Amino acid sequence: MTMIFGVPLAVFMGQITLGLVNGAFYALLSLGLAVIFGLLKIINFAHGAQYMLGAFAALLGLEYLGINYWLALLLVPLVVGIFGMVLERYLLRRIAHLDHLYGLLLTFGLALILEGTLVNFFGVSGARYPTPEVFQGGLNLGFMFLPTYRAWVLVAALAMCLFTWFMIERTRLGAYLRAGTENSQLMQAFGVNVPLLITLTYGFGVALAAFAGVLAAPLYPVSPTMGSSLLIVVFAVVVIGGMGSILGAIITGLAMGVIEGLTKVYYPEASNTVIFLVMILVLLLRPVGLFGKEA
Amino acid sequence: MADSQSLSQTPSHASSQASAVLERQRRAKIRRNLFYLALVAVGLVAPFVAYPVFLMKVLCFALFASAFNLLLGYAGLLSFGHAAFLATGGYITGYLLASYPGLTPELGIIAGTLVATAIGVVFGILSIRRQGIYFAMVTLALSQLVYFVYIQAPFTGGEDGLHGVPRGELFGFINLSNSLAMYYFVFAIFIFGFAVIQRTVHSPYGQVMKAIRENEPRAVSLGYNTDAYKLVAFVLSAALAGLAGSTKTVVFQLASLTDAHWHMSGEVILMTLLGGVGTLLGPITGAGIVVSLQHVLGQSPLGNWVSVILGVIFVVCVLSFRSGIIGELARMYNKNFK
Repeated sequence: MTMIFGVPLAVFMGQITLGLVNGAFYALLSLGLAVIFGLLKIINFAHGAQYMLGAFAALLGLEYLGINYWLALLLVPLVVGIFGMVLERYLLRRIAHLDHLYGLLLTFGLALILEGTLVNFFGVSGARYPTPEVFQGGLNLGFMFLPTYRAWVLVAALAMCLFTWFMIERTRLGAYLRAGTENSQLMQAFGVNVPLLITLTYGFGVALAAFAGVLAAPLYPVSPTMGSSLLIVVFAVVVIGGMGSILGAIITGLAMGVIEGLTKVYYPEASNTVIFLVMILVLLLRPVGLFGKEA
Repeated sequence: MADSQSLSQTPSHASSQASAVLERQRRAKIRRNLFYLALVAVGLVAPFVAYPVFLMKVLCFALFASAFNLLLGYAGLLSFGHAAFLATGGYITGYLLASYPGLTPELGIIAGTLVATAIGVVFGILSIRRQGIYFAMVTLALSQLVYFVYIQAPFTGGEDGLHGVPRGELFGFINLSNSLAMYYFVFAIFIFGFAVIQRTVHSPYGQVMKAIRENEPRAVSLGYNTDAYKLVAFVLSAALAGLAGSTKTVVFQLASLTDAHWHMSGEVILMTLLGGVGTLLGPITGAGIVVSLQHVLGQSPLGNWVSVILGVIFVVCVLSFRSGIIGELARMYNKNFK
């Protein structure tokens, strides 16, 4: 059997692929954070809760309304995104003129409310979302056996990332968003409805989180606390990558997933701390982040 | 007085105005000291009126929140990782006191505080490299790192935590298992911590800190090494948070992962925000309210909703109550009595 640094090739490749799947979630979530931060200048602390909401909406939709996986993948981001827009319109907008740390605190409070409410109804132990029929089984890649669903998650998440990149870099709406990130007052002077743009942007960021939640539902136990611990890792990923570029967020997310996977192979004790250690290293060597712009 | 007035009008007028200002400041200081004395008197009598263990919990969290407020309210740095210092103080003190029976509690507390201070130095150096929102994220991530270390480290007892930490005998001869003795010891620690913060805030150093909070580029242009000032504030805050954690462990005889969890970092922010950011009494008031609320709600049918209720308070505070209870009271006082 082929060995890589004393580890069988199958295990090695398996962990890298698992790492890529986790990394896809980091990428999707940090992308959403970056999009929101760009225009609103706040860190959306409720991002983890909104991701969790996505997973729960998919689960409850299946149980009570019979909404299948594919429909959920379409509807849930829409519904949770609209919920996000309502939050922005009626809560975040009221404090938009203040220090942006208040936005962080407000969304933190929202996260506590969402998480706490769901804990009361569903408990902390997770429920299972069945893997869709089509993705039962796995692919034999020769050197390893890859569950089909994981392969799909990787493809879907990357497609969504590219779609976001396309929307922001290649469409008119995206051009508005980029211009607003640079100077929203000037945009408003040119007659662009900036408040509406802000609402849509927040809604889009939240929808990305919910999309990630639906993708995650068949993969991880769906529980009210599934978002918060993931979010802290995503924060570290954001600090590592910097929020300057979209491709930067995607690359950093995937890379961190792979590094985490490799750590599981060689030094499992450090697997849940390695991303934080990378963050420390980046802070020492390049404080603005790998893809961050100098302030 | 008549003489000086006949000599020249303007300078004496100015000097009498200056002396009037000084007089007012002196009176304000006396009033403030009397107020503090009254608070100390209340603190001394309190254990005869209320349950001492509850009061000690309030005092520990009040010190923790005051330490946090030193950083947020006076240096303008929002740390989302203060749980790490509380937990470090607690674990180190708990481990030492449980493993070395000869060790007196005050030495255990000092050791815990020192280790928390050391971690504060490391965290401070790393996190002040980024500003604003990034600072909050970095501190949160670092404290999560500490959380994972404490889950796995052999000396913390993992998920179970440390139990049955002996309270021991203070200085070797005051038995702290007497809850009244324990209370006065905690009260003394609290007064010490509060005095350090009060002194810091009103010192020239504190003024520079506020200048950095208001306008950092300007402070830099005036020649201040703002990073050094921020680091000192961070370390001081971490040390006092560690002191609070160490003391808490001696009081409750246990140290657990709850203290290291990010919820704790959120709770201390809430206490400070609710009481009033940037006021000396705000964090104490906020800690009192939040701890009482948890105590009361914990026994009521609403027990499971504590986290939701705290979330709602958070949202309400941010939306419409940003100066907090003490901040609002101060504004009302200034409007009506000055």
